[in-house]
Parts: sequence; C-alpha cells; structure tokens
Amino acid sequence: MRFRSDEGFNHKVSSEITPLAVYEQRRVFLQQLLAAGMVGGAGSTWSQVAQRPGKLAPLNSTTSTLVGAQATDTVTPYKNASTYNNFYEFGTDKADPAENAHTLKTRPWSVEIEGLVKKPGVLNLEDLLKLSPMEDRIYRMRCVEGWSMVIPWVGYSLAELIKKAEPLGSAKFVEFVTLADPKTMPYVGSRVLTWPYVEGLRMDEAMHPLTLLTFGMYGEVLPNQNGAPVRIIMPWKYGFKSGKSIVKIRFTDKQPQTAWNKAAANEYGFYSNVNPNVDHPRWSQASERRIGDGSFLAKKIKTLMFNGYEAQVGQLYAGMDLTKNF
Amino acid sequence: MHWRHLLLLPQAKLCLHCMLALPFAWMLWALFNDTLGANPAEALSRSSGDWTLRFLCLVLAVTPLRHITRTPELIRFRRSIGLATFFYACLHLLCYAWFDQSFEIDEIAKDLVKRPFIWLGMLGFVFMLPLALTSSHAAVRWLGGKRWQYLHRLVYALPVFALLHFYWMRAGKNNFDEVWIYAFVLGSLLTYRLWRWQNKINAKTQTKH
Repeated sequence: MRFRSDEGFNHKVSSEITPLAVYEQRRVFLQQLLAAGMVGGAGSTWSQVAQRPGKLAPLNSTTSTLVGAQATDTVTPYKNASTYNNFYEFGTDKADPAENAHTLKTRPWSVEIEGLVKKPGVLNLEDLLKLSPMEDRIYRMRCVEGWSMVIPWVGYSLAELIKKAEPLGSAKFVEFVTLADPKTMPYVGSRVLTWPYVEGLRMDEAMHPLTLLTFGMYGEVLPNQNGAPVRIIMPWKYGFKSGKSIVKIRFTDKQPQTAWNKAAANEYGFYSNVNPNVDHPRWSQASERRIGDGSFLAKKIKTLMFNGYEAQVGQLYAGMDLTKNF
Repeated sequence: MHWRHLLLLPQAKLCLHCMLALPFAWMLWALFNDTLGANPAEALSRSSGDWTLRFLCLVLAVTPLRHITRTPELIRFRRSIGLATFFYACLHLLCYAWFDQSFEIDEIAKDLVKRPFIWLGMLGFVFMLPLALTSSHAAVRWLGGKRWQYLHRLVYALPVFALLHFYWMRAGKNNFDEVWIYAFVLGSLLTYRLWRWQNKINAKTQTKH
C-alpha cells in the first residue's frame, strides 16, 4: 500500500495552486448565499444558488432585474416540475407528458409571425434565441386545478419580439397557436379539446414585461414535456393560458377563440387571471397545494390575487368586473 | 370435491379479504416508498375514489353472477365486498376532509352547499352509512329480513350518485371515457335487476289469470 502524505499541499506545477484571491472568494460566495437567505430557507435568485439539473443543454442567462421576476418562495424541485404537468397533446394525466413527450421534435423549429403587423414572417428558433438577452426569472405558477409550483424560467419579455414585429394600430389581441402534430403527439385528435391548442392575450397583457417568451427552465432548455422549444408564461394567470410549443403568433383585432374557453366557456374565461375570490364552478380557488413542499400533509396555502402579481398587473384590469371577466 | 365447494371453505373468504385489502396495501406501500408522484395527496384521493367505484361494481355484480352462473355460494362474499366499498369510500372522504380541507368543518360545510360535485359524493356516503351499520347478522335479526331488505335497496341509488360525482370530476378535463365504461357496467347491473323484477311481475299476473 502506498501512502500519500502530501495530498493537497504539494503541487508539481505551480499553476495548480489556487491563487489566494480566488480561494478567498469562497468566503464571499458563502456570504452571498447567506445574504441571499438561502441558508435561512428563503429563496434567492436562481443563478446564484442553483445547481442545474444537468439533464439538458444549458442556456446562458443573467438574473432578471424586473420587479416581480424573482419570487422568494422555495423553488419546486426540478423532478416535480418536469414530471407533473398538463400537456394534453401527450395525454390527460399529469404524469403522461413526461412519459410521452420524447417523440416531440424540437429542431428544426420556427415560429410564424402573422396578422396585423408591419413585419410578418417566419423566425427560426436560432433567430428567436438571439433576439434578446436571456433572463432568469423565478415565477409562481398556479394551475386552475388548485396546485402550484415555483419555477425558474429562462427567456425574455415577449414585448421584445412584439416590438420587432411592429404591430399595426388595429392589432388588439395576440393569439398563440401551438403545435398539433398527430405524428409526434399521440393525443392530438382526442375529443377532449379542439386542436391546435390556441391561447391568447389582449395586446397590453402581451406587452407587459412579466409576460415571458420562455426557452428554458432551471438554467437549461425546456424539457419537451414542459413545452419545448418555446412557450409563453404569464405568472398572474392560470397555467393553461401559458401555451406550450408555439408555432404561430398572430396579431388580430378580435378576441381569440381560446382552447379551454371553447371547451367550457362557463368554467374557463378568456382572461383566467388567478383570483381567489372567483371560484371555479366545481371547486374553490381560495387556496392551493404547493407541490414539492416536503410533506403531502402540509396545509394548503392561500391563493393570492393575480397570483401575488397584483402590484405589477393590477392596473391592466382597472375598472373591470373580474367576476364577469373571469 | 366440486370446485363450488371451494367457495364454501373459510380460506376462500380469507383470500377475498386479502384481495379487497390489496389496493389499500398498495397505497400505503406507494406512500412510504414515495412513488405517488409530485402530488401524493391527489394520487391517494383519486385512487381511493377509483377503488370505491370498482368495488361498487363488484358488489352489485354478485347477485347477477349468482343467478347467471347458478352459483348461490357467492352470497357469502357479498357483505365483505360491500364493507370494502364502504372502507374505500371512508378513505376517499378522509382524503378530502384532511388534504383538501384540513378538517376545517366550516370550510367543508361551505363547500357542500356550493358544489353539486361535492354534495353528490357526500350524499353517496350518507346512503352507504346505514348499509354498513346494518351489515351484521345481529342487525338483520333486529330489523327482520323483509325490512332489512327494503333498507338495503338504498344501494341501487349509489351508482347514480357515484357516476354523477365522477362525471363532474372528469368534466374538468372533458375526459369521459372512463365515466362511460363505469356507466355501462353499473347500468347493465341495474338493468338486470329491472329485467328480473319485470319478469317476476309478469309471472305473478300470469298465475292470477
């Protein structure tokens, strides 16, 4: 047996030695962690603290400085966020997308910009990825079914893309058409919804900086089941408004016919803003179950108006009857 | 020994009880091994509801099976299956009261008033209660056979409550395939009884003439 008495202190090449300045940065890093509250249990920005899951290609991004873009709630484990969600093109059970979405082909991918814009056209994914700097944003995500997660997304404000497309004055709404490919999506064609899955926003909602054109989560590109390669995220609306795997963005003067609104207009309104005071006809929206909070016996938490983004988006709906415009 | 005699063995009942307990054992196993997915509360709630519905189908199948296969021995198993149905219904209600409502009685009361989906489920449970409470031999003696039988006809209302409850739950996903399957099974089991009843009436009127 050989003993190595000098491990860690003798270096054949001097360049192997960690410079003192770098060594001392570790202290700074730990202090930052403490300052960010990570050790205390509260959240902090994703890029500061997080380990990437290491499953998919990383995305280069910087921490967003936008107000409201850094939720301080504990981030949901990647394992939960990537195995429990709705994506009906791959099955109606929330475990289905993770099981079935491997068939989705995300390259080549392009998004068509059409309708009432000065610059219609087709943008391929590579162009979209370069259109504006990527930001890390931690958003709460509230599903209309009564559960919620906290997810670090990567993307940039949809407004950046809209500005480049130069919508006409007559464009009042933005419609998002998502992929409906029966060859790669086994449940397209099921009678549950009409396909393709279409979502939409009023122009001012689409232009709101919190509306995120999303390419990644947890520092990596989106897993197929979470809507790869590009989707939208509006953290103040119920999750189903945030369309996945988008292939077309259309600017119109009419309120889009959205998928769930067509399926059950009395249950799912066009706006579908998170609102604890307006119940779904079959269940309460006053509280939610936070996924991945450690114990399944944990009490449900109170749902916040506009999912806690009232300060940022409340003015978009000033004077509106939110019970009627649910 | 004829195979039917096997049904009369005490071991047959033990076997049945084990089978009826299997879904519960699976739930516990999955819970402690963390294989219920991201939302264990929902998984438990759903699966206890599913098993209530399945055992309801099974218990209502006992009599038609007895008649059609001429196996009167099957009657020995009916009470256990009925009580298992009640057990899973209790679990289902417990999941709702505990995980969804944290045992807040006023919240449950509000929920009951507001949502037909919830009160139908609860109504089903209320209809099951007297059946479970009078399942013993002593209860049959106390009530008298005829009255006991009348009381236990309440069971025929359960498929209606259960199916509507299930239908409304699935309406959220517009996903009714399973609802129709259960509706077909339970509908057939109830239709069989209507058919028998009609035949009996016909037979009676014929003997009178």
